[in-house]
Amino acid sequence: MKKTLNQKAWFMVLPVLLLVAFSAIIPLMTVVNYSVQDTFGNNEFFWVGLEWFEEILHSERMHDALSRQAMFTAIILLIEIPLGIFVALHMPKNKGFWSSLCLVLVALPLLIPWNVVGTIWQVFGRVDIGLLGHSLASLGIDYNYTQNSTAAWFTIIIMDVWHWTSLVVLLCYAGLQSIPDAYYQAAKIDQASRWNVFRHIQLPKIKGVLLIAILLRFMDSFMIYTEPFVLTGGGPGNATTFLSIDLVKMAIGQFDLGPAAAFSLMYFLGILLVSYVFYTLMVNSEGQGS
Amino acid sequence: MAKITLSNLAHSYSKNPASPSDFALKTIDHVWEDGSAYALLGPSGCGKSTLLNIISGLLAPSQGKVLFDDNDVTNASTSERNIAQVFQFPVVYDTMTVRQNLAFPLKNRKLGAAYIDARVKDVANMIGMQDFLNDKASGLTADAKQKISLGRGIVREDVNAILFDEPLTVIDPQMKWELRTQLKALHQQLGHTMIYVTHDQTEALTFADKVVVMSEGEVVQVGTPTELFERPAHTFVGFFIGSPGMNVLPATVVGSKAMIGNHEIQLNFTYEQLSGTIEMGIRPEYIKLSNEPSGLAIKIDRVEDVGHHKIVRARHALDDRSLDINVIVKEGLEITDDMQYLVFERDKINIYADQWLQDGKAAI
Repeated sequence: MKKTLNQKAWFMVLPVLLLVAFSAIIPLMTVVNYSVQDTFGNNEFFWVGLEWFEEILHSERMHDALSRQAMFTAIILLIEIPLGIFVALHMPKNKGFWSSLCLVLVALPLLIPWNVVGTIWQVFGRVDIGLLGHSLASLGIDYNYTQNSTAAWFTIIIMDVWHWTSLVVLLCYAGLQSIPDAYYQAAKIDQASRWNVFRHIQLPKIKGVLLIAILLRFMDSFMIYTEPFVLTGGGPGNATTFLSIDLVKMAIGQFDLGPAAAFSLMYFLGILLVSYVFYTLMVNSEGQGS
Repeated sequence: MAKITLSNLAHSYSKNPASPSDFALKTIDHVWEDGSAYALLGPSGCGKSTLLNIISGLLAPSQGKVLFDDNDVTNASTSERNIAQVFQFPVVYDTMTVRQNLAFPLKNRKLGAAYIDARVKDVANMIGMQDFLNDKASGLTADAKQKISLGRGIVREDVNAILFDEPLTVIDPQMKWELRTQLKALHQQLGHTMIYVTHDQTEALTFADKVVVMSEGEVVQVGTPTELFERPAHTFVGFFIGSPGMNVLPATVVGSKAMIGNHEIQLNFTYEQLSGTIEMGIRPEYIKLSNEPSGLAIKIDRVEDVGHHKIVRARHALDDRSLDINVIVKEGLEITDDMQYLVFERDKINIYADQWLQDGKAAI
């Protein structure tokens, strides 16, 4: 059979090329454009090369924001992943009223807009009218998230756990539901302990969805902006100024477009890199499983 | 090892069963003799798996008792009953090697390391996996995984019974034959009570000393393969076993004569006062094609040649309807146009009233 060689295929990919260009590549190029120039207003720009990148990489402010960010992500992953698995393991297995009720209750936090989540916890944590804040204060605990950085961290972490553990629960629950009954029955007959059932049946079977959950939670928490912005605005001081909050401060608050652009490019590439590593791990482990 | 007694056992999956159709398992009284190999045969959905899960303790019956020897174990857990069970789909622990998989049931029972090691090697030899002991179980084929499941089933020596729930469904036909033969050999070697659930008659007949046939939640017959073939206790057994199954023809029986329409058939036995729907059962193997007008008049619809014999699909006109009758003839026999009659082997005819086999008195 003879194949006709022509360039028609390009027309086929043109629509998607245009779509990607307008939705991602062109806006991103404007950021690249800013990141290598400086301006003093009046729409006058000067070429500065990689100076902004160097400055950001050596800036203490960025280092602090990055370590706060890494700390936050590590803490919420350490809480949300085990907690999510634990809750999923204890939800009713059979389809029916109770499992439906559990699913709805668990899914509720995921349906609330992010800035509303921030507002809810801002009110909830207030010492004068908030249920949480007032209760803690009446117990004699020094709790004030607007002044005390430990209290601010505590509130933001609890808020994130409340908001996002559900995602881990739902993914793990779906993974657990797909395990055939025969596995549990065989484990009973083999007299496997509860821990062995988890270690050798449940965990291997939910490994795939668990990696997706970790990936999603990593990405989302590493880019967290809205909830802490509404709750603490990055304070007290800079205590809860995570990378996104700092970026916005720099770009819009101080109007340092050059450094902010360089910063956001590195931020973006960093997340992309970690996600890529995760994805590769995931695909490899799936290949082993089948 | 133990004798297993099911006493007045019944099970329903609904909480308040009202009608008999709510019961997945209708009342069953049955004794599984110690050391025998049984096959539990029936179509999908007849309650075989339910019965098996009740014996293994994965399911509590809604009524009746399960006894091991003389101990009531109805409420005992699976591990207390000391039962092994192999499931339809291979269950292996993906995180472990083949060796760890086989050792798992023994390890959980805290047996000595030296014993476990020796026992695992023995079992691996029995199932032909001795060369793969250190491989990860997750990378194996379905065949091999099911062999490991079988291995975990037989690795404990002191079990009261080993239950198989259609264990060869996922296995290739050729491998099926091999594994079944191995299981049979294992039974002779180990002497455990084995119950093997299947919907495949060949599997049941080749594996078991005794076959228990179930239909719609009831045990309809327990017997050796020969008994099931020659004297099916219920027309269902006649249909279900054999390929094609037994011909069941509406008849009237008076004394030692059966009538199909106007055609009279002499029987070997005398039947008195039969009531209900009377039918005559005859296996296709025991019918001959003939050109003698003394036989039952038929028309041949088609002939299927299956290699070592031919299946003749014939039709007998009865009043305004027609009866389908299957006949098996030898490969060499030539079927001529004048073969328009059937002759039945007299001593192979069974008479049924309301689908149950009737015993007759020897005719003088």
